[in-house]
Amino acid sequence: MSVLVFAESPKGQLKKAAFEAVTYGHKVAQLLGTDCIALTLGSVEGAGVLGQYGASKVCNVANAALDSFDSQVHTAVIAESAQQLGADVVIMSHSSTGKSLVGRLAARMNAGSVAGVNAIPTNDGVFKVTKGVFSGKAIAEYQITSPVKVLSLMGNALPPQVVGADVSVETIEVAVPAGRITVKEVKTQDGIVPLPEAELVVSAGRGMKGPENWGIIEELATTLGATTACSRPVADADWRPHHEHVGQTGVAIRPNLYFAIGISGAIQHLAGVNNSKVIVVINKDPEAPFFKAADYGICADLFDVVPKLTESIKKFKAAN
Amino acid sequence: MKLLVCVSKTPETTAKISFSDNNSTFNEAGVQFIMNPYDEWYALVRALELKEAAGGTVTIINVGPAANDTVIRKGLAIGADDAIRVDSEPKSALFVAKQIAEVAKAENYDAIFLGKETIDYNGSEVGAMLAELLDVPYISFGSHLEMNGNVATIARDIEGGVEVAEVETPFVVSSSKGMAEQRIPNMRGIMMAKRKPLKVVPAVECEDFATVVSYSMPAAKSEVKMLDPENMDELVRLLHEEAKVL
Ligand SMILES: Cc1cc2nc3c(=O)[nH]c(=O)nc-3n(C[C@H](O)[C@H](O)[C@H](O)COP(=O)(O)OP(=O)(O)OC[C@H]3O[C@@H](n4cnc5c(N)ncnc54)[C@H](O)[C@@H]3O)c2cc1C
Ligand SMILES: Nc1ncnc2c1ncn2[C@@H]1O[C@H](COP(=O)(O)O)[C@@H](O)[C@H]1O
Repeated sequence: MSVLVFAESPKGQLKKAAFEAVTYGHKVAQLLGTDCIALTLGSVEGAGVLGQYGASKVCNVANAALDSFDSQVHTAVIAESAQQLGADVVIMSHSSTGKSLVGRLAARMNAGSVAGVNAIPTNDGVFKVTKGVFSGKAIAEYQITSPVKVLSLMGNALPPQVVGADVSVETIEVAVPAGRITVKEVKTQDGIVPLPEAELVVSAGRGMKGPENWGIIEELATTLGATTACSRPVADADWRPHHEHVGQTGVAIRPNLYFAIGISGAIQHLAGVNNSKVIVVINKDPEAPFFKAADYGICADLFDVVPKLTESIKKFKAAN
Repeated sequence: MKLLVCVSKTPETTAKISFSDNNSTFNEAGVQFIMNPYDEWYALVRALELKEAAGGTVTIINVGPAANDTVIRKGLAIGADDAIRVDSEPKSALFVAKQIAEVAKAENYDAIFLGKETIDYNGSEVGAMLAELLDVPYISFGSHLEMNGNVATIARDIEGGVEVAEVETPFVVSSSKGMAEQRIPNMRGIMMAKRKPLKVVPAVECEDFATVVSYSMPAAKSEVKMLDPENMDELVRLLHEEAKVL
């Protein structure tokens, strides 16, 4: 018996998502009275660091074919590793990679799965775990009754926690089947934290009037070190790239701090952002529904307030 | 091309969410249901466009009770040729995937389209499960898809960008925004939909391993603190000292 965490490593780098998943795996292992083993696939830099987050050991399948993503191949390799290592709980991040794997693994291992869990499970004879449903409007508690269980962990659901020291990385022999997907190109922006992983997000809506006015939003975001987002009509009108669109039909995020600037707060928008820890709303309409979902509100013209806010943050950064 | 599109039914996006039977059951009373937006706007429409360009058929499939027929008819009105409903309450993602796999095994579809997730349970699981059960490649979150003979070039959304991949038929693909533009059914489509075949098939036996036992509501937000627009230093101070997020 063990808990196996697939620690994903885009471009060979372990990032926050992997540390969160191992932190979570360690806690699940404690709950079940067993060990948490981390699994890395392909060429990964410094995987021993996963020991700090609670992995008792790190196993690596060193096959260059695993450096590009094919859910079919990755699933076969993770399932085989889980078997070799006697894992009865398999955990991964609820990322674009994890979401492509959790269902596949569950089907392959004939296991119960819950995708996007947001809390540590409980186990009073029955294994139970919760996740947000109805786009964050409610929480559902699931029971999993199969011997093997597969979970993916929502980003930012719990902070990575250092509980130990580096461990050694062991190479395991697992057959890697031939893939049927050829990855041609991976286009990501460098130097910007992607929205699903961002802790600070500055988001703006139709109140901006036009794309030419986004300079003040970008300046605020750069000053904060935040990632920019937008409401759906803004992306639909091509004022902003569509990967910035947050909400029910866009990206769902849960940053520590979400600035909503010139966004009315329609329920479909809130569905993607209402799990943010702290929400600041800037809107000139005192009746804007977003104020009801906000922690801090500023009722004023955004074109006046945003530059002032940026100045205040610059002052704060200089002083701290 | 012989194409299958998996469509699900979800509460309308502004529906009020409540629970009954001691918080164990989603309360459907007064809730309006729609076709899951990703299935309708993106998966179905892209499949129809491919058929229009190269010929073939588009079949839609739903696992659900007879009440789902209105959603299925809408899919037919938008342009699907025929439909299959597996007559059973969908209790878990694996249950749904096994039912669809059972139908698909007998039919040899060139490609199966799904939405990227349902907006009620937000699992994003059925497509991946289906691909595994059929032992075919799966590309998730497709935001662009071009077919060239039997080779598809698909751009998929990943964190902070896109990944472009090539795959041969047969495959399973889930669809996100960008894949196609929403189509509104016209009067002719709605009339024709009434006469299009909707086959109802029984479900196959399958155990449910992961099921919801209870629901709860997230903790209520505390009252918003309104701040003086002339004093942004105060906001920054509160974010630092009170909220501890800066
Ligand atoms: C099925 C469905 C799915 C949807 N999914 C999404 C989704 O995923 N994400 C999403 O965002 N939307 C989604 N929508 C759309 C949603 O319903 C709203 O229409 C949209 O969020 C509104 O965008 P907005 O707030 O930017 O624009 P508006 O509603 O036009 O609001 C603009 C706001 O800016 C304020 N404002 C204007 N000028 C100023 C100024 N100078 N200073 C300060 N404030 C100002 C106004 O008071 C207003 O509150 C969806 C809709 C449907 C039907
Ligand atoms: N009951 C169902 N019948 C047919 N297709 C479904 C059903 N439930 C989900 N799907 C498909 O699977 C996709 C992902 O659903 P989910 O895994 O529930 O997020 C949806 O967008 C649909 O395309």
